[in-house]
Amino acid sequence: MHLNQKYRLYSILLIAPSVLAILVFVYGFIAFTGVASFINWTKMKIDFTFVGFNNYIRLFQTERFLIDLRNTLTFTVLFLLITIVIGLLLAILVDQNIKGESLFRNIFLFPMAFSFIVTGVVWRWLLAPGNEITGALGVNLIFEKIGLGFLANGWYTDPRIGIRAVVIAAVWQYAGYIMALYLAGIRGIPVEIVEAARVDGASEINVYRHIILPLVRPITLSAVIILGHISLKIFDLVVSMTGPGTGFSTDVPAFFMYDTTFRGNRFAEGSAIAIILLLLVAILVVPYLINSSKVEVER
Amino acid sequence: MVKKHWYIVVALMVVASILMAACQATPTAAPATSEKPSGKLEIFSWWTAGGEAEGLNAIMAVYKGLYPDVEIVNATVAGGAGTNAKAVLATRLQGGNPPDSFQVHAGLEVEKYSPSQYLVPLDDMLDPAVYPADLLAMLKYEDHYWSIPVNIHRSNVLWYNKTVLKDAGIEAPQTMDEFMAALETLKGKGYIPITMGTKEGWEGAHVFEGFLLSFLGPDDYIGLWKGTTAWSDPRVTSALEAFKKMMTYVNTDNAALTWDGAAQYLTTNKAAFLIMGDWAAGWFASQNFTDFGWAATPGTGGQFVALSDSFALPKGAPNETAAKAWLQVAGSKAGQEAFNPKKGSICARTDCDDAAFQAVPATYDYLHATAAEWKTDRIVPSIVHGAATIESWATAFKDTISLFVSSGDVAKTQTSLGQLCVDAGVCK
Amino acid sequence: MSALTVTHSRRQFKFRWSRFFIYLVLIISVVFFLVPIYLLLITSFKSYQEVNMANMWNFPLKLSLESFKYAWFGSETGGYRGLSGNFVNSLILVIPASLTSAIVGSLNGYVFSKWKFKGSDAIFSLMLFGMFIPYQSILIPLVQVLQWISTFTNPIIHAIQGSTVISGSHTFMYWLGELIPGYGTIGGLIMVHVIYGLPIATLTFRNYYAGISRELIEAGMIDGDGFLGLYRHILFPISMPGFVVVLIWQFTSIWNDFLFGIIVTSDPNVQPITVALNNLAGSYIVEWNVQMAGALLSSLPTLLVYIFLSQYFIRGLMAGSLKG
Repeated sequence: MHLNQKYRLYSILLIAPSVLAILVFVYGFIAFTGVASFINWTKMKIDFTFVGFNNYIRLFQTERFLIDLRNTLTFTVLFLLITIVIGLLLAILVDQNIKGESLFRNIFLFPMAFSFIVTGVVWRWLLAPGNEITGALGVNLIFEKIGLGFLANGWYTDPRIGIRAVVIAAVWQYAGYIMALYLAGIRGIPVEIVEAARVDGASEINVYRHIILPLVRPITLSAVIILGHISLKIFDLVVSMTGPGTGFSTDVPAFFMYDTTFRGNRFAEGSAIAIILLLLVAILVVPYLINSSKVEVER
Repeated sequence: MVKKHWYIVVALMVVASILMAACQATPTAAPATSEKPSGKLEIFSWWTAGGEAEGLNAIMAVYKGLYPDVEIVNATVAGGAGTNAKAVLATRLQGGNPPDSFQVHAGLEVEKYSPSQYLVPLDDMLDPAVYPADLLAMLKYEDHYWSIPVNIHRSNVLWYNKTVLKDAGIEAPQTMDEFMAALETLKGKGYIPITMGTKEGWEGAHVFEGFLLSFLGPDDYIGLWKGTTAWSDPRVTSALEAFKKMMTYVNTDNAALTWDGAAQYLTTNKAAFLIMGDWAAGWFASQNFTDFGWAATPGTGGQFVALSDSFALPKGAPNETAAKAWLQVAGSKAGQEAFNPKKGSICARTDCDDAAFQAVPATYDYLHATAAEWKTDRIVPSIVHGAATIESWATAFKDTISLFVSSGDVAKTQTSLGQLCVDAGVCK
Repeated sequence: MSALTVTHSRRQFKFRWSRFFIYLVLIISVVFFLVPIYLLLITSFKSYQEVNMANMWNFPLKLSLESFKYAWFGSETGGYRGLSGNFVNSLILVIPASLTSAIVGSLNGYVFSKWKFKGSDAIFSLMLFGMFIPYQSILIPLVQVLQWISTFTNPIIHAIQGSTVISGSHTFMYWLGELIPGYGTIGGLIMVHVIYGLPIATLTFRNYYAGISRELIEAGMIDGDGFLGLYRHILFPISMPGFVVVLIWQFTSIWNDFLFGIIVTSDPNVQPITVALNNLAGSYIVEWNVQMAGALLSSLPTLLVYIFLSQYFIRGLMAGSLKG
């Protein structure tokens, strides 16, 4: 129809600036970074000499980067696992017709109002280990006071713990969010389904195992995507809480990228780190995006 | 209706003011001549706090006195021992938006700014007669001088708390063996024998450069960076082992602290030693702590690991006339005498008056002694602070030592150090 | 049967675990969630004399506002800057940035939900990907492009900030200049946040408008509304909840952003609050009570949003989950 054609033109014109901006600032920039990772740009002055995969090879021979990858893996696995388990557990508990439900919910969600920087600053102090002279500090001090002194440890300053200490702070910030997601999911399940199972004599635990958990599986998937992409690119929290740490025990690729690129001016290597980060996130997100747009079409 | 007109008038005024200001702004952008400097002068540094900031303000005051028409913009970037500042600077130079003058360590650090592309050579502004030959050698890169030095800092200093040492019944150690024995004694007395903050990742390497010098001596230490001393040398192994042993006497929370945080253990009589550059003297003074003594890092007496802060002139500086005047002041006797007592460093020039340093009693004793040693000691360049080698090698060196602090793997670290030399294209 | 008549109390709790166990776990969790906040609060209300390591968990003997004063105004003798200026920077950054991205997002959402054309879903998916990319992968060209923009806008900024035509307008002219995009200006940061906020804003509005029936639009067309008229007269008036959600989401994420802040701005006078707080807390010359007070001050706006608009805040979080 004439009108429809006109309106289609208007539609395209209306979204054109946004689409153009995304094309340039997302896809164009990624392409630029991709090119930069294959050239010899190791000083301020850009040098377009093509060096193939040399930057990537050099990275994988750099111990700091290997440690960073290991740290990211540790962080991601622990952060996802703990946050999802705690989030789900809290959602189930909050869903039990408890008194003061909204108070509990609000407390659990509260940390989401803080920035990672603030979280890092606060947890840096909470987990400050103290030493021979100052005595125990923070959480260690509490452990000592309640007779659990053996639990006291060096937290993020202990290279054997390293990034795991940062996980605690990240879980604190995100567990409530995951709880809210699950709670919304559980509340969205039609009452009849659950009641039918109860009438059939299913125990409450079985109701959760066989009815509710399978139905909230899509939420687990969302949670994995959300937490996963946060954790792969984590930067702020590490910067404010620990820095790279002794022997890079709390270092992450995003921090290394910042150091290499903006402090060291080795732009090519920085680009290579960025591309690796992007690939890691893409492996996680792209199947999900494709899948959800398919579902969209089927609808 | 009336309201609408009002808006138009305001809009017109804004436009007009922009245009007028733009027209006025043009003359200052004109090419530099010998005319009297005016307009804005943006000085870029990472001296944000304490004695450093005071020193910078003092030299700016000298400048203000000479050129009252210039408005100085003090652009400082905090954090990361200058690394944050360098990050910002690089992006600005690249984008053709440079400050008028910026801080850079004298030495090969200038390499990362691709000086022939981004900087103006200052051969005609630097008077070789008033600077020591060792410093001039450090400053020269690709046959040009690219910056004007304002001060000298010493890297290899062992600071100690006099009361603590007295209580433990020990003297300041001169050799590595004496040092290790002292650490053991102090540990027995319940002190933190040596305090260290390794949070920012360069501090371990800072201590280690002193250890390298201690075991290799000045010629072979310099040789490491020129490819004439092998990194597989057994004396490098000894240095690594000594460093590893020292780390067992360090405060356990070192990873959580920056150097000044760690130094608080020393000022509160809880720790005995600290190996840190002599900016620590200025910091002690700012804490009203006077009970400190100093010696060279064990085994490096008579040698002076030097670094120097200097100012460079970027190509396309918005106000080159004022910037050149700034560099003149930075290199002048009056400028350096104003700057250094506050900063807690000695003059880069050889002709500063001792009297200028008496103005700051807290650091006078130290600086007076150091100025004398600067004249007699053997000068060697600092690695960590940009003098001995290009920045990418220095950074990789820091990273390797930071890893060593936690791994303690001597053999692997020594191999990596050798590999770095190959990567830098100096060793084969 | 009573089990069938359960309507309001959906699941009765009549089984093995005791209620006690549930509350126990919940209360332990509450402790975990509140301990950091407790420490944040008590420490920031302590005076310098009271910041004793051994008593760090104790309630302050006397409530003191001293640390807030230092965190806000800085300390000349302590040698650190206060957060006040950066707080203002963040406000000046966050308000136009969230408004712009909400408006643009709403228009995009209108098209993507009500005027789908062949390929519009694909374009939408491509936009969505921008939400997930690690920003590290665009930082290097971003800085270059902002620098390039600066070569055009810097003379204008200098001219505006240097002009004193309207007397007494110095501060106003300064801020006007800062709002112009470029490297190192608040305007540059606004631009960056608007662009990278587009995917989430568009997504939220698209999902929101998807729930609005086609008949409303058709009724509007019969009334003679054109393409933009439909948006203005039909969708916009009922968009309030969508706007609130997007505004809150953008407000909190821009206020809490650190990466763009540290990459795009270098001048401490221009930097947003997160960067300033990190600098304040990162230097050991600053006492813990001041750091905590700074952390609290810099969280105030988002905390207020959370406390007073929590239902929208949570809805924004849900929108961020892609669930719609």
